[in-house]
Amino acid sequence: MTILTRAEAGQASVSRRKKRLLAFAFVVPLLLFLLLSFVAPIASMLWRSVYHPTVAELIPITLERLGQWDGTGTPEPATLAVFVEELHGLAKERRSGKLAEELNRTQAGMSSMVKSTARRVGRLSPEELQQQGVQTLLDAHRNWSRTETWLAVQRAGQVYTYNYYLTALDLELHPEHGIQARDTEIYRQLYAKTLKMALAITALCALLGYPLAYYLASLPSNRANLLLVLVLLPFWTSLLVRTTAWIALLQTNGVINSFLQGIGLIAAPFEMLYTSFATVLAMTHILLPFMILPLYSVMRGIDPSYLRAALSLGARPLPAFARIYFPMTLPGLSAGALLVFIISVGYYITPALVGGTDGQMISNIIAFHMQSSNNWELAAALGSLLLALILLLYWVYDRFVGAGSIKLG
Amino acid sequence: MDDQAGDRPFLQFRNVKKTYDHKTLVVKDFNLDVAKGEFITLLGPSGSGKTTCLMMLAGFEDVTSGEILIDGRQVTSIAPYRRNIGMVFQQYALFPHMTIRENLGYPLKIRKQSREQIDQQVEQYLALIELQHFGGRYPAQLSGGQRQRVALARALIFNPDIVLMDEPLGALDKKLREQMQFEIKRLHDQLGFTVIYVTHDQTEALTMSDRIAVFDQGVVQQCAPPHVLYERPANLFVADFIGESNKLRGAIEAVEADSVRVRLEDGGLVSALKANCCDLGQPTTVSIRPEKLTFTERLGDAGNRVRARFVTSHYVGEYIRYHFETANGSELVVKNMNDSSAPPLAPGDEIALAWLPQDSQALDGQEAPKPV
Ligand SMILES: Nc1ncnc2c1ncn2[C@@H]1O[C@H](COP(=O)(O)OP(=O)(O)O)[C@@H](O)[C@H]1O
Ligand SMILES: [Mg+2]
Repeated sequence: MTILTRAEAGQASVSRRKKRLLAFAFVVPLLLFLLLSFVAPIASMLWRSVYHPTVAELIPITLERLGQWDGTGTPEPATLAVFVEELHGLAKERRSGKLAEELNRTQAGMSSMVKSTARRVGRLSPEELQQQGVQTLLDAHRNWSRTETWLAVQRAGQVYTYNYYLTALDLELHPEHGIQARDTEIYRQLYAKTLKMALAITALCALLGYPLAYYLASLPSNRANLLLVLVLLPFWTSLLVRTTAWIALLQTNGVINSFLQGIGLIAAPFEMLYTSFATVLAMTHILLPFMILPLYSVMRGIDPSYLRAALSLGARPLPAFARIYFPMTLPGLSAGALLVFIISVGYYITPALVGGTDGQMISNIIAFHMQSSNNWELAAALGSLLLALILLLYWVYDRFVGAGSIKLG
Repeated sequence: MDDQAGDRPFLQFRNVKKTYDHKTLVVKDFNLDVAKGEFITLLGPSGSGKTTCLMMLAGFEDVTSGEILIDGRQVTSIAPYRRNIGMVFQQYALFPHMTIRENLGYPLKIRKQSREQIDQQVEQYLALIELQHFGGRYPAQLSGGQRQRVALARALIFNPDIVLMDEPLGALDKKLREQMQFEIKRLHDQLGFTVIYVTHDQTEALTMSDRIAVFDQGVVQQCAPPHVLYERPANLFVADFIGESNKLRGAIEAVEADSVRVRLEDGGLVSALKANCCDLGQPTTVSIRPEKLTFTERLGDAGNRVRARFVTSHYVGEYIRYHFETANGSELVVKNMNDSSAPPLAPGDEIALAWLPQDSQALDGQEAPKPV
């Protein structure tokens, strides 16, 4: 072996670095795009699920004073006076409703209490506010004299909070008992249902897609390509159109019910639309190509001589298929299953359109909190949990199946 | 070889025809008798239907018409997994998700043999192919030659009646290929199975086979032992395909018992063995192997003669190749041992080349035969 001189080695490493820099420069636009469109939104979602300054911005001085309160009895009158003053200001600016809504999340029932109090306090003149503000407050609702109310205000005022995660997991922070389960279980049930439906969709896609992919792979390539276009055709029609087509099919007086009634098979129409059945059905239809494509490309790559070899060795067709062919298609099957499962866990539009309340998935609730109840923080917490759940499932999958075995083509 | 009771061949193809597209016959009237323990090679250019014949025998393609008999029994209606035919595929087709040991044990497991029996036999065959320490590996962890040997052992381990090999050495380099040819022959001698071997490599076919069936355009052109094929090609295609041959065109002038006299295009008269010619006046091609041609002095008056002009020569080592041209432009190649018999030649020199009549064949007249 000859050894390079220092100068030669230096030159080699300089030219190598140059090449690497050039290669990197080519991916910079993509990295920027990913950063802006992918990393940043996820980071902001995670951030928003724990960072919540709204209340702290509405009643900053009250919260500051409450920080010195020892948490027993009621806060000292001076603190109450500051609260009344801030509430007065909010009422004048018509922002007391926001406070009511925020406090209500921490403790149910506080919404009307804050609103009515704000109305009363808002009517006071500055002098009256000075003299009888605190009294007005205490008169407005008896809960203003209770310790829990102020503890709740204190909690609602925290800037950094894991409350939304507790809510997303159907837990709450009890003043005395610490973290405990809520009376009604909403989100956990919804996560379970989402997983169950995603599993059902994945299983259906595999059951329907496997034979079709097998059939396609066994055809001469020109015929297979033609049929593959038919598989891909749904991708060229709008998702919305395909989903609404299912509405036309499934609704009470829709095509299927009319047909079944027409041939006298059933007397009264089935309720199929707005059920989880409808969601699973429509989503299986929509996600089927994601199962077929990786399966097909893996099957195409399997030399027919493997199956022939098994037969020549004396294996009957079915055992030969199960023992030789099927294991060789597993990389495609797991790739397809993973794709379909992960896409369907987070699917939104189809369950929203055909699922009704029964067929809702977790993403619909997240959307609800984003759009209707304006609780972005809870939506962010639910979304983060969904992300964590998928990562966890992927990890489990990797442990037991091995992500390295995935093959998309 | 013929240890069969009676004189019924062990394996028979009878008038077998095959079409894939219902328009053209890929195999046109294939007939072949194979004795038990024989090593038969199907040799032919790519696309001539060799694989198709194997596939029909193994049961992976159906026979368009005709019949295939093993031990006198029609097999065309028997499912592939019942035919007890071992097969070595060109790409080996070792199951990638099974170890070597599992691959070898698979046919035995199917036959419901006991664990111990399987283990013992697998070890025995691993020893046979000298891969004792590789049983736990996966096919991807073996070299090409090793995989080839495993494929061979797997096709043999369940003691099949017939073993089919479809260009089994095609993916190996030259040296390994020669080694494996030797290996396959050794196993064949040791175990005595019947082999149908497919190749497009003539040297491979000549060194390994008991008999060779030369295929072209879906027809067997000649089926004979290697030396017959080489010394007595039945037609121009075989003469051209196997080895190298010089061709002189002419017309039949006289027909005798097993030889003919041919008037060459340049006017000379020669005699040659009768092959697929031979009516008076018909065109014919006389074929002579390059090593049978010599410079006149050595033969005396016994042989045929033709005058040719020296063009060039190539020094190969053990022999020298000389290129000559006859008066009417036919090229002649002479392979002469690298000894003192060679005369000094300069380009343009005209000398007489000679050969013995029994070393030449009068074949069909076409330049390139196209049996349709
Ligand atoms: N499965 C098939 N379908 C249609 N045509 C085929 C098929 N297999 C082989 N052929 C055609 O049959 C001819 C003979 O092929 P093959 O038997 O593979 O020849 P060889 O093995 O001698 O190269 C070729 O022209 C090939 O294109
Ligand atoms: Mg072939």
